[in-house]
Amino acid sequence: MADQLDLLWPVLIPVMTAALAACFWYNIRAQRIISFIGLVLLFAASVKLTMTVVEHGVIAKQFGGWAPPFGISFVADPLAAALVAITGLLALTVGIFGFYDVRARHERAGFYPLFHGMITGVNGAFLTGDAFNLYVWFEVMLVTSLGLLVISRSREQLDGTIKYGVLNLFGTILFLIGLALLYGATGTLNMADLARVLPGMTMTPGLMTAAMLFLAAFAIKAGLFPLFFWLPASYHTATFAVGAIFAGLLTKVGVYATFRPFTLLFLIEGETLRYVFTFIAAMTMITGVFGAAVQWNIRRILSFHIISQIGYMLMGLAIATPIAWAGASFYIIHHIIVKANLFLLAGAIRAAGGSDDLRRTGGLLKSHPWLAVLFLIPALSLAGLPPLSGFWAKFLVIDASLRAEYYGLAAVALIVGVLTLFSMMKIWMEAFWKASPVTPSRRRYVPVAFIIPIVMLGAVTMTIGLFAEPFVTYARDAGDVLVDPPLYIAPVFGAEAAAEAGALIAGDAVEAEVIETDLIENGADDGVEEEVR
Amino acid sequence: MTFLYAAAIAAYTGCGLYLMLSRHVVRIILGLALLTNGAIFLIFFSGRIGSMVPAVIPLGDQQLAPDAANSLPQALALTAIVIGFALTAFAVALLVAAYKRLDTLDAREMTAAEDMGSPFLPPGGRPSTGGRPSNDGRSAEKTPEAEKKSDEVKTNG
Repeated sequence: MADQLDLLWPVLIPVMTAALAACFWYNIRAQRIISFIGLVLLFAASVKLTMTVVEHGVIAKQFGGWAPPFGISFVADPLAAALVAITGLLALTVGIFGFYDVRARHERAGFYPLFHGMITGVNGAFLTGDAFNLYVWFEVMLVTSLGLLVISRSREQLDGTIKYGVLNLFGTILFLIGLALLYGATGTLNMADLARVLPGMTMTPGLMTAAMLFLAAFAIKAGLFPLFFWLPASYHTATFAVGAIFAGLLTKVGVYATFRPFTLLFLIEGETLRYVFTFIAAMTMITGVFGAAVQWNIRRILSFHIISQIGYMLMGLAIATPIAWAGASFYIIHHIIVKANLFLLAGAIRAAGGSDDLRRTGGLLKSHPWLAVLFLIPALSLAGLPPLSGFWAKFLVIDASLRAEYYGLAAVALIVGVLTLFSMMKIWMEAFWKASPVTPSRRRYVPVAFIIPIVMLGAVTMTIGLFAEPFVTYARDAGDVLVDPPLYIAPVFGAEAAAEAGALIAGDAVEAEVIETDLIENGADDGVEEEVR
Repeated sequence: MTFLYAAAIAAYTGCGLYLMLSRHVVRIILGLALLTNGAIFLIFFSGRIGSMVPAVIPLGDQQLAPDAANSLPQALALTAIVIGFALTAFAVALLVAAYKRLDTLDAREMTAAEDMGSPFLPPGGRPSTGGRPSNDGRSAEKTPEAEKKSDEVKTNG
């Protein structure tokens, strides 16, 4: 029973922190203290959840003691638990960054309640096992992130927020329509129950429409190829702390939500759907990286790189072998840390050089040499250079695509990696290497509150890169649960129901299973482990 | 009857989508509100209407009558209505604030975010906006510290 309570805290702690902070609306000092205590507790609770999942496997909790599928269930599989842990870490580091970056007028506008409210939505979306509940968490996340985005109420932020808000609202409405069709066809919205029921049903036009509406809705949320325009239109207008937490988490919630229905509910069998995913993944990578090439503002460059990196994660969905899922899970976790760190570094570069526009800053290698080192860690990791975390992430997904004979996709991934390096070198050359175009009137200092989180996240990146093996093993566990729905069903409905569902799925896709086991036996296991050593 | 309901939902979503294609942001928000309502109707009807038996367990019985109405879609619709209403209210407040600052709600003239740090404009922002640096991320800050900072950038540049 105690294990099941672990599921509750990562949502309960931020929502209580948000409520308490809102109670002390006019006492900013009290809000700061409450917020920091909340962040530390959240980090502890999310690490505890991950340890429980490592120990016991997938865990589930039914709220209100209702028998499934009538109540709302929370389920933590290895991927969700790891994402919750990373959310806890990121919230803590951005909270420290915010000690200097969040101004008094942001605090008076309700920064702390909004920030913790957004974390509640993110964790709820990762942990929920109910499709309609996922919609509710999406809306919690959306309305609080709108508030955070527009917190300065400047012209740019108001304009960016309208664009962000309209497209994301449209996405959630598509999701809602998809939910209605799915409920009409199956009579249930519990994800584990849907995973039990759907394999036995024929794919009617209504179900197919629901699946495609889910894809479109989550594609908007995740920033996939034809639907990402809201992202580079808004992310660069946010304050640095808000930009970092958005860049790290929000699109990844969309990616996670894309993975869920297409691993659990609608199994990818048909070639057509595979082609669609492959095309979207390749185009997302290419358009993102070329969009970044033309930009001069650091945060605009980084915003476009979020999109191109999302394409790598989608490769998991396109290839859909166990090692591809493992690679995608590893990629998400690596990317959240690295991308948030780069956005924090954009803030540090602005503090050190006076601007985050590359045309107006420079000479930082001379004035702040340690900042250059801290920049190189996430920048080279994003581009995928060994021995940093990005190398293993790219290695796993490209390895998976070569094994499954997706040569085109692997080629695109490699080329986009080189172009990513080009963008990172552009920031390096302009901000650090070239002489400053302006003579600073005084020496600029980077506040300690900026350095601590950057060092923390950089250390995590180094750790994942140098001691990759436990992380890869964990990602493979996460991948195993994603390809095997009965593992997700068992903690909710018991082992018997899971075995029945497993038989149904197996009956549908015997051939696919055979191919997958063949792949594993033919050395997929040995290969990855050897490389890790 | 089912056809009538389907036609009503189609009309709602059709009008919503048409309004969303407008360049005027108020119309876009109205379109979103209509679209939300279409989705809510769809949820409501996906629970199969037609049963007149209330979803209440009679006194003394242990179970619901087998042909009782489905009450779950009503709970879902209620949740969606509340959420949709809250987001529409927020969007309208956002539009009022945007109109005060930007003096326009025509999507073609709303370029403030796109101009910020744009690679196609000089680094100081659009020259015609009158010299206020618009690519600073905190250009609207009124705190003394930020003002000092932006002044510094100006004199340096």
